[in-house]
Amino acid sequence: MSEMNVANVAAVDADSREFLVFSLGEEEYAIDILKVQEIRGYENVTRIANAPDFIKGVTNLRGVIVPIVDLRIKFHLDKVEYGGQTVVIVVNVGQRVVGIVVDGVSDVMTLTPEQIKPAPEFGVTLSADFLSGLGSLEDRMLVLVDIDKLLTSEEMALVESVKE
Amino acid sequence: MDFSDFYETFFEEAEELLADMERHLLELDLEAPDPEQLNAIFRAAHSIKGGAGTFGFDVLQQTTHLFENLLDHTRRGELTLRRDIVDTFLETKDMLNDQLDAYRQGAEPDPEAFARICKVLQQIALDEMGQDLDGGAPAAGAATPAPEAAPEPEASPEAESAPLAAAEGANLVVALLGVGDKDRELLIEELGHLGEIKGQDGDGQRYEVSLATASGRDEIEAVMCFIVEPEQLEIREVDASASQPEPVPATVPQAEAAAPQAEAAAPQAEAAAPQAEAAAEASQPASPAAPAAKPKPAAPAKSAAKGGESTSIRVPVNKVDQIINLVGELIITQSMLDQTVSELDNVSNGALVNGMSLLQRNARDLQESVMSIRMVPMDYVFSRFPRLVRDLAKKLDKDVELVTEGESTELDKSLTERIIDPLTHLVRNSLDHGIESPEAREAAGKPATGRLTLSAQHQGGNILIEVIDDGAGLNRDKLLAKARENGLAVSDAMSDDEVWQLIFAPGFSTAKEVSDVSGRGVGMDVVKRNIQEMGGHVEILSRPGQGTTTRIVLPLTLAILDGMSIKVGEEVFILPLSAVLESLQPRQEDLYAMAGDDVVLKVRDEYLPVVAVHQALDVTGACTEPTQCIAVIVQGEGRRYALLVDDLLGQQQVVVKNLETNYRKVPGVSAATILGDGSVALILDIAGLHRLSQGKQQAAHDQRRQAPSPYLPQPEKEVEPS
Repeated sequence: MSEMNVANVAAVDADSREFLVFSLGEEEYAIDILKVQEIRGYENVTRIANAPDFIKGVTNLRGVIVPIVDLRIKFHLDKVEYGGQTVVIVVNVGQRVVGIVVDGVSDVMTLTPEQIKPAPEFGVTLSADFLSGLGSLEDRMLVLVDIDKLLTSEEMALVESVKE
Repeated sequence: MDFSDFYETFFEEAEELLADMERHLLELDLEAPDPEQLNAIFRAAHSIKGGAGTFGFDVLQQTTHLFENLLDHTRRGELTLRRDIVDTFLETKDMLNDQLDAYRQGAEPDPEAFARICKVLQQIALDEMGQDLDGGAPAAGAATPAPEAAPEPEASPEAESAPLAAAEGANLVVALLGVGDKDRELLIEELGHLGEIKGQDGDGQRYEVSLATASGRDEIEAVMCFIVEPEQLEIREVDASASQPEPVPATVPQAEAAAPQAEAAAPQAEAAAPQAEAAAEASQPASPAAPAAKPKPAAPAKSAAKGGESTSIRVPVNKVDQIINLVGELIITQSMLDQTVSELDNVSNGALVNGMSLLQRNARDLQESVMSIRMVPMDYVFSRFPRLVRDLAKKLDKDVELVTEGESTELDKSLTERIIDPLTHLVRNSLDHGIESPEAREAAGKPATGRLTLSAQHQGGNILIEVIDDGAGLNRDKLLAKARENGLAVSDAMSDDEVWQLIFAPGFSTAKEVSDVSGRGVGMDVVKRNIQEMGGHVEILSRPGQGTTTRIVLPLTLAILDGMSIKVGEEVFILPLSAVLESLQPRQEDLYAMAGDDVVLKVRDEYLPVVAVHQALDVTGACTEPTQCIAVIVQGEGRRYALLVDDLLGQQQVVVKNLETNYRKVPGVSAATILGDGSVALILDIAGLHRLSQGKQQAAHDQRRQAPSPYLPQPEKEVEPS
């Protein structure tokens, strides 16, 4: 990945941002790289009873208990398999650390403001509220996810809602 | 130089000093005040004043200045202490606390309060001694040139020479290195308070002040360090003659030094020479044994006090927590290695196996030591009650004696902080509702002075804190009447224990009148909730006419837990060992089905609700037939349950990890921990588990009601009236 980074550095200007690109099924998504703490394999997850199905449980990240969310289940993907290629992206959201399960991590991209298009009003599974836009890169389209908003949203049930 | 970095240190120190001051004030015996205590109070005020001056906290400085002067008169016996004066002193101490808080928050203290307290203090000075305070200070200085030396209690003939010698000559030379003019003035003023300045000379680079004082060098250093760095200070004894009242142990060899040597050592020979002679003269009349004997009683006390200062360090709690976390990790890694090693052949890997067991022992020791850092004695909590009880008893016109027991019992610091509020509430309750007025007590044939006992003791992995009063006890009839008034379901047949539990119901108060002390009806339920949140519980024991005991049972620490690992299906859970009473294999004849799906298990004539863990936590592949499972009898929130589990794996100490840090509260689960293999296991919350399983049963039940099954002909009949 470092090679790609180097290649991208040339294109960096003041307003461009770097994104980590990951795949869920056939689609490519991207999140702000500054939110990413680390990438690790999917292993040793302890189930939590009575939690939504996309919350796989909690795992031990060097002494810290971290919840693991499977975005594939959340986004209603047909094929959800766990194997050697299954990757967990550990992100920092606010004061919290959360792991998200994805099919794979492909690369790190630098997007200029011109390359980021506003997100259209989407369907039901992924509200436009959780998107910061669409990134167009030649023939590829990246769905830019506002991971902060997504993971702290009520429907993710990761955070204690105020009402309780 | 920017002092703001040191603000926090000053605030913390000042707070400690004020706490000390309060303790001494409360302990003072008015008939025969202990001079050492008076000194300690004075020193506390003085040190705060010094710091306040340095940091420019004017109001604080002025208040302490007035206070200090009064204290100075007190310790010299010019002001006779009375109860009301001590009250005023305590009030002043509170005021200082308020001012400190205000400065801490970057605000200016309340000027009206300041003006008032100044007036009160001045008034005392006028009334008691007929002199104005501001004028009083210099006058006092002139009257007794060596104030520090005066309060020495042993006024034996040889001791009498002490003030004389100290007054005649300097015994310390304090050199200020590279101190600016302004700071120097401040420092010299400070030194003036500590003793008498005999001479001063020098320049900005090195300025020397010779001083006649009874204070030790450490004491001077402590005061000066509010203003300058320790490196900027050089203190040496010029003549530590035997007549010095409180020689520090290190000066003893020097005490034998001849006068000429002392002279040579002193640059300010003019000051030193007569003083040295005086010292020599002064020591002559004393019996030869006296100089040697004298320092001995003073020295241990001094060094003990200093030992307390220099042997402890202030560390932010998060640093300690980090160490605890790391040690927890180390333990986990160690047990992982242990597992691997245990699979190896013992004979060919003997050295490795030995090394591992050594590592295990060391790691455990390390963990224990680290955990003990967090432990603080209960004295930390109890020490704030003498004041509260004293003030409250006065307000309520009651005579109350406070007794504390087990102050040295240790408890996790985070818990001590959280126990203060509930305990304060209980103490207030006992004073207000429990202990009767002196008249009522005498009428009941009890001593007029009520007794309130705070005690702490260890009991297994728990700490037991009790608030015991010898008051009227709880009134069963009144409680029941009140409960009916509040619309609670009660009956006369309820046991005493159940009746006592009523006072924990929200909005319950039996006080006849609402006072500003207690009786607003909020409180006991909050107390109970707070204590439950800490993983503890409250019990009440009460006997009419004899008093009430409120017992709080708390785990020693929240950071580690003795757990029992259990297996349900393929999943491992941890039960707090303190909750586990026993385990057994249920027999069919002991299981009874109750209305609906509830099942109870009869254990020694007690019927316990059965909670199937696999059902509550949706575990698949677990044993579902109760007679095939193991029933663990556990206690939670004062009730007992029988948990059905597949297997008991063993006992182990686990490091408690908060689930809420990164996730949220999970019903039926209190926290998580990391097992030896690095995986996470959930720690079960027994009462929560029961609620969860009831909810599940209810849901299942409702579902069946909607779709009546042919096998349950009339399910409606079994439904409890809702």
